[in-house]
Amino acid sequence: MPFQLEDWFPVFLSLRVAVIAVFLVTCLGLPLSRLLARREFYGKDFVEAALTLPLVLPPSVIGWFADVNRYKNGLFGRLLSDLGLTLIFTWWAAILASTVVAFPLMYQSAKAAFKSVDENYEKAARTLGAGEWRIFFTVTLPLAWPGIIAGLVLSFARALGEFGATLMVAGNIPGQTQTVPLAIYFAVESGDNATAQTLVAIITIFSFAVIFWVNWWAKRRNY
Amino acid sequence: MLEMRFNKKLWHFTLEMELEIGNQILVLWGQSGAGKTTVLHCLAGLRTPSSGQIRLNRRVLYSANERINIPTRSRNVGYLFQDYALFPHMTVYNNVMYGLKSKRYKKNGANGPGMDPAEILNSFGVGHLVDRYPAQLSGGEKQRVALARALVVEPELLLLDEPFSALDKENKIKLREEIKKLHRQWQIPFVLVSHDEEDAGFLGDVIVTMEKGKPRAH
Repeated sequence: MPFQLEDWFPVFLSLRVAVIAVFLVTCLGLPLSRLLARREFYGKDFVEAALTLPLVLPPSVIGWFADVNRYKNGLFGRLLSDLGLTLIFTWWAAILASTVVAFPLMYQSAKAAFKSVDENYEKAARTLGAGEWRIFFTVTLPLAWPGIIAGLVLSFARALGEFGATLMVAGNIPGQTQTVPLAIYFAVESGDNATAQTLVAIITIFSFAVIFWVNWWAKRRNY
Repeated sequence: MLEMRFNKKLWHFTLEMELEIGNQILVLWGQSGAGKTTVLHCLAGLRTPSSGQIRLNRRVLYSANERINIPTRSRNVGYLFQDYALFPHMTVYNNVMYGLKSKRYKKNGANGPGMDPAEILNSFGVGHLVDRYPAQLSGGEKQRVALARALVVEPELLLLDEPFSALDKENKIKLREEIKKLHRQWQIPFVLVSHDEEDAGFLGDVIVTMEKGKPRAH
């Protein structure tokens, strides 16, 4: 059976999920890592360990935690059902799973990047009359940029490849929640080698191209 | 006029400063670890003293009793860092422009047209380097650009942290004279930190030796 238009669905879904997950990861990860990179407070080690946990936990454990049904009698679950929203077995659940597993990669890369910025640049900017927001956007962020790019690439790759947690919370519903990794797995499972091969080729070429382009783009600096 | 009377508790000792200078060059001289840079940080507002007060001309920059601690960005204090801290991702021109774009300067600059960055770079002999990045400059050039960047916002006080430590002998002697000339031109207090006795003697109107946080005037 040749590769048809609807066979492209997992590719588009995977891209959409990965892009939204990376967006969420960036919105959460940049402020948090900036805050924690230069601040000491009681219990910081505890917070750090908790933020990195999704990186080391098996995806099935993430899936178990992310299974919103478990909380349906809790405050959050009731709020969702009152709003008429269901998360489980929708593609939003796939986004949730990808975001949780990709977050530590962004967080760790960005934190290392922010730490590597010499504090004297920020101090110099302060003596020149700049406020903290201006310093962040004109000094800290541009100087941390290469590390943040690395975080973007890593978290994108991780979100794109997410399998275990996604399967548990979003399921494998073709045309609805079936991402590329799930489609490949179930194609192989059912002996549909042609589909599996095509998807493998698409995702490999695409991932390579993205990483290649990002690396090239990050290197193209003139200082 | 700069008046400082403050204490700052550090790891091994307590820094005690009690000094008043006019539009002079004050040199803080002493071994590394004597707390010299900490004094500059306290004056610039990058660190907070434990008690006391700091006054610059008519403004109280810090007062423990009155609970005043003006943030660094509003102090109008120029700072020349030991490694110059030029923004590596900006050209020389944009480095000098950085301070001119801040709110503080725009507020204060209302009573005059302000300084021209090209002009001040020319006066330091680095006007031809405006499009270069800091990595493409020599040590002496970096220092002149850093001085231009600190002075273009017309500070009321200039702090210099070991300004000659990264320079060879020849450049050092040249820049020492330039700084002396600059001081006559600007008529504001300079506070300079150095571990070199010769630099201290050449530049200092007031020289203070620091040992474990205790100043000793000459």
